[in-house]
Amino acid sequence: MPLWKPDPTFYPSPRQAVSAPAEKLAYVAAFDRSAEQPDAIAVLDVDETSDSYGRVVGWTDLPHRGDELHHFGWNACSSALCPSSPHPHVERRYLIVPGLRSSRIYVLDTKDNPKAPSIVRTIEPAELAKAGYSRPHTVHCGPEGIYVSNLGGADGAEGPGGIALLDHDSFDVLGAWEIDRGPQYFGYDFWWHLTRDVVVTSEWGTPSMIEDGLVGELLLGRKYGHSIHFFDLRKRRHLQTLDLGDQHQMALELRPAHDPTKEYGFVGVVVSVEDLSASVWLWHRDETGDFAVRKVIEIPAEPADAADLPPILQPFGAVPPLVTDIDLSVDDRYLYVSAWGIGKLLQYDVSDPFAPRLTGEVRLGGIVTKAAHPAAPDLALAGGPQMVEVSRDGRRVYITNSLYGAWDDQFYPDGVGAWAARLDVDLDNGGLTPDPRFFPHGDEFRGRRVHQTRLQGGDASSDSYCFP
Amino acid sequence: MSWLEIATLAGLGAFHGLNPGMGWLFAVAIGLQERSALAVLRSLVPIAAGHALSVFAVAALVEGLRSVLATRVVAIAGGLVMVGFGLWRALSRRHFTWAGMRLTPWQLTGWSFLMSSVHGAGLMLVPVLVANPPPGVHQDHALHAPSDPSALLWQGLAATTVHTVAMVTVAGVIGLLVYRVLGLEVLRKAWVNLDLVWAVALIGSGAAAVVLTL
Repeated sequence: MPLWKPDPTFYPSPRQAVSAPAEKLAYVAAFDRSAEQPDAIAVLDVDETSDSYGRVVGWTDLPHRGDELHHFGWNACSSALCPSSPHPHVERRYLIVPGLRSSRIYVLDTKDNPKAPSIVRTIEPAELAKAGYSRPHTVHCGPEGIYVSNLGGADGAEGPGGIALLDHDSFDVLGAWEIDRGPQYFGYDFWWHLTRDVVVTSEWGTPSMIEDGLVGELLLGRKYGHSIHFFDLRKRRHLQTLDLGDQHQMALELRPAHDPTKEYGFVGVVVSVEDLSASVWLWHRDETGDFAVRKVIEIPAEPADAADLPPILQPFGAVPPLVTDIDLSVDDRYLYVSAWGIGKLLQYDVSDPFAPRLTGEVRLGGIVTKAAHPAAPDLALAGGPQMVEVSRDGRRVYITNSLYGAWDDQFYPDGVGAWAARLDVDLDNGGLTPDPRFFPHGDEFRGRRVHQTRLQGGDASSDSYCFP
Repeated sequence: MSWLEIATLAGLGAFHGLNPGMGWLFAVAIGLQERSALAVLRSLVPIAAGHALSVFAVAALVEGLRSVLATRVVAIAGGLVMVGFGLWRALSRRHFTWAGMRLTPWQLTGWSFLMSSVHGAGLMLVPVLVANPPPGVHQDHALHAPSDPSALLWQGLAATTVHTVAMVTVAGVIGLLVYRVLGLEVLRKAWVNLDLVWAVALIGSGAAAVVLTL
């Protein structure tokens, strides 16, 4: 039954979304690398006033094993208020949860019991194959329904990866989104400048390039993705490719400005094969009307004793920062950058997007450092800040520590463990502080690794807006 | 047209203009994007044109049928179509989808035409159109016989004009009010589900048209 008033979690503009109330629950994708237990959505209590604050308070096991839950998203969000196809009375209640390894997509209803979402639909790989895709990755709610990016082709084909469109009421797979994908073959992330009719996409690799771990020869041969692409949102046609240079391997997370009058955004690059550095790049419209891109942040590798390194890194004698996720606050002021290899979360003031200024950093985990959390000072942490989620008001940052099963095993061969943390943000001066009361870890996650977090009601990477 | 008919057409126009989905919201978004109140008003021109085209398509069809069929038949058929369309609107969970915010005036006209058509904007006028006696025909005979097509068409055009002027006036006032005074917060509070109201209005007036004609 549609609502009488707009869903209260929809905001016309990012300016208004910043004033949204604090989230009370967070949903976390949890997966069993051994595929002996089913993957699950864990529910964290993130309400500071609650007795169970910082604990796992809910859990939904999935019916299959080995899905490898990764990213997920909502069925509807603030883009439902966009005037070109308004549907404000649809509810934000379903989580669309892809299994990156199994190609199954689950639909979970969070409404009746938010702490134990129920599975209402399973989209089998054969149905996703109707769109020509497999290995579903990123989910966004948008003007024509639910958009899901994919890494692989259907029926065993390696590629091309691309975006599948799902109906946001029935969750039926409607087909491939692209009419003309241009030269793009690798899939990964996507998002858009909604009011500019521009979709941005990025590149990782095909299933065989990632599923058994990072392939050294492919990396050194510069074979992973290193370009971003621009599409016309309405015509679904490829417009432009920007190649960052093939030394910049794996252009992953895309974070366009939330302000719909702006046309810039950030993309994180995992590693440069020249010096193992990681980088963040800014795309923007230049004077000619085309998009241009430039490197705005570079994070150098940290030298290390080979004895402290996993086999994959021993030949290099250094720890690559490995920027695996970035997230932009809803007010477009702070950019958060995960350096999963060196165990750092970095905060940059990007008020001037061309000149980011480092304003804060927190060390947790890391391949060599294994930095502990203040809540458990004696516990050496494996993994590092990986997926980052920022609350709508920008005051709280949530991180989880697993990257991707096979890659965790290469970089953290002694076990990546499982932990989540909350960092409090000093909005005025910049700066990040781990909350000592918030550190769910280890057995709390029942033997699963934790990948991505979504905040109840929306967060900095879930909603897009049509009004400034 | 009698004053009552003009008032009813204008009232329905106001009702359509009130609906954020019919155009003023798009106009406000364009105004905010361009930081110009003038852009709000300017974009209402193609929106009004699209709405008028959609309404006139129905009006022309209704008046065209009246030139070959008895108005009574047209009224009953129109009423039944309205009830059916209203039921579909009420029960279907599908909604209008359109990707794209940067539109030329022609595309915006097309958008408005489609938006108005799928919401049955023109259909809602059917009872007024068929209640209106053809020019030169006395009310008592109006229901029974076909009449002059060109006169009927002019009548349809007049009805469309009255309706659209009212629609765009209300949309313009609300659009400017939201742009200048109320702000976007009003969307979160006051945007009631007009789709449901429209469905009820279609079913109700369609049923009334049938019952009153029988």
